[in-house]
Amino acid sequence: MTEAPKIELRDVHKAFGPKVVLDGLSLTVGKGESVVVIGGSGTGKSVMLKCVLGLLVPEKGSIKVDGQEVLGMDPAEREEVLRKFGMLFQGSALFDSLPVWENVAFGLIQGRRMERTKARDKAIEKLAQVGLGPEVGELSPAELSGGMQKRVALARAIAAEPEIIFFDEPTTGLDPIMADVINNLIIKCVRELGASALSITHDMASARKIADRIAMIYKGKIVWQGPTKTIDQSGNPYVDQFIHGRAEGPIKMEVKV
Amino acid sequence: MLDFLATIGRVIIAFLVTTGRLSLFTAQAVGHCVRPPFFFRLILRQMVEIGYYSLPVVGLTTIFSGMVLALQSYTGFARFSAEGAVATVVVLSMTRELGPVLAGLMVAGRIGAAMAAEIGTMRVTEQIDALTTLSTNPMKYLVAPRLIAGLTMLPILVLVGDIIGIFGGYLISVYKLGFNAATYITKTFEYLETIDVVSGLVKAAVFGFLVTLMGCYHGYHSKGGAQGVGAATTNAVVSASILILVFNYFITELFFSR
Ligand SMILES: Nc1ncnc2c1ncn2[C@@H]1O[C@H](COP(=O)(O)OP(=O)(O)O)[C@@H](O)[C@H]1O
Ligand SMILES: [Mg+2]
Repeated sequence: MTEAPKIELRDVHKAFGPKVVLDGLSLTVGKGESVVVIGGSGTGKSVMLKCVLGLLVPEKGSIKVDGQEVLGMDPAEREEVLRKFGMLFQGSALFDSLPVWENVAFGLIQGRRMERTKARDKAIEKLAQVGLGPEVGELSPAELSGGMQKRVALARAIAAEPEIIFFDEPTTGLDPIMADVINNLIIKCVRELGASALSITHDMASARKIADRIAMIYKGKIVWQGPTKTIDQSGNPYVDQFIHGRAEGPIKMEVKV
Repeated sequence: MLDFLATIGRVIIAFLVTTGRLSLFTAQAVGHCVRPPFFFRLILRQMVEIGYYSLPVVGLTTIFSGMVLALQSYTGFARFSAEGAVATVVVLSMTRELGPVLAGLMVAGRIGAAMAAEIGTMRVTEQIDALTTLSTNPMKYLVAPRLIAGLTMLPILVLVGDIIGIFGGYLISVYKLGFNAATYITKTFEYLETIDVVSGLVKAAVFGFLVTLMGCYHGYHSKGGAQGVGAATTNAVVSASILILVFNYFITELFFSR
């Protein structure tokens, strides 16, 4: 047996009232691996990440981090496990009451009790890593463009040097050039940290670029997964429809009139 | 008939669910208020926000209430030649009732709404989730400092409001109604007892807790974007105002019904 995968989801079920979102989803992320999950909007990609982070509680299934079952853990243990994670939220989720540098340093100051001056130096360093100068640190998040906010959020996600990083639609809403800048930053940051990464996106260019392995989610299950270069020969009708962006095919958009 | 029963059942269940959720939220929040670590910087910021920036609003409402109280009781009491009681009426109504209730309602509108909007926005933009992933408990970071600040600042605010309100009554009585200043002041303190002021301050502390609790609770559980945050804000103000008036009755009964 090789070492346990970094993250292992097995048969995870999550519903909101009558609405089933995850329906027996299974997925693993190996150590140092970058896995990208693709799928349409509203297919439960964000819900999947939130289940792993403990922000949502699945009804059924198993989620292991480093071989350790996290479902049903007590809050203190859970907090310990959460320290291994960094997360880039879909809408950046920067704290708008705090200046940029304090956003980046937040996990260090509050979570790890680092001194403010030291944490600030660290934040400036992380901002430089994502290509932002120290003067940006003084601004408030509302003064930044969407692309810059994404970069700050990325700096915040990597500031505490996590072992596992989640990226929730890192390029959605950005122009293609800025999207590629973010992709490069993600690759660079993940490589520098030697971290494992789980990203979700519906941007195929981004997926091809940052993934070692791609998985496709549909109706709450993983319907296909394989190495990135095999995606064009997947032979899977769902994947083919998705990567070519066709309206016709097995995937039915739920368009209710 | 069955439909009707089902509706009643649903309403009762919804009520019980909300009550349970609120109780749990309150218990958790209070737990975080008394257990370290404390975020002193945040507590201080909230104290300034609640205590200092509410001063103008509370000052204005209480001074005019004190003034109208003097005017009303003078003209009313003149009917049975009891104008001499004006000073006592003003000071007792102010300390026991009007000070805490007016300040509570004003702060509910100002602070309760702002808290619900701020925390609600943080909820729908996933900032609260982000706190958790950055090893920070949102109850401890967002809710506890606000509750502590509400509980401690409202009594101070009410004490200041009491004084301003009594001063308002004094102004009208002396400069408009022709009372002798020295007699009026003596009369003001003649029948005032410690319990009048203390009961008002206890009310203030409870109201401060209720307002911040409602602001935090509704903000914390808001969902569905801008509209949800709007609803949370309204609910926070309405529920805080109703709770203030309900608790006002019961605290009064606790102190004075014998
Ligand atoms: N907290 C929640 N309460 C109720 N429904 C939710 C909640 N979070 C997500 N959902 C629903 O779950 C579905 C999947 O959402 P999500 O995972 O955000 O989709 P996406 O794949 O675009 O990230 C959506 O239909 C959404 O309405
Ligand atoms: Mg999503």
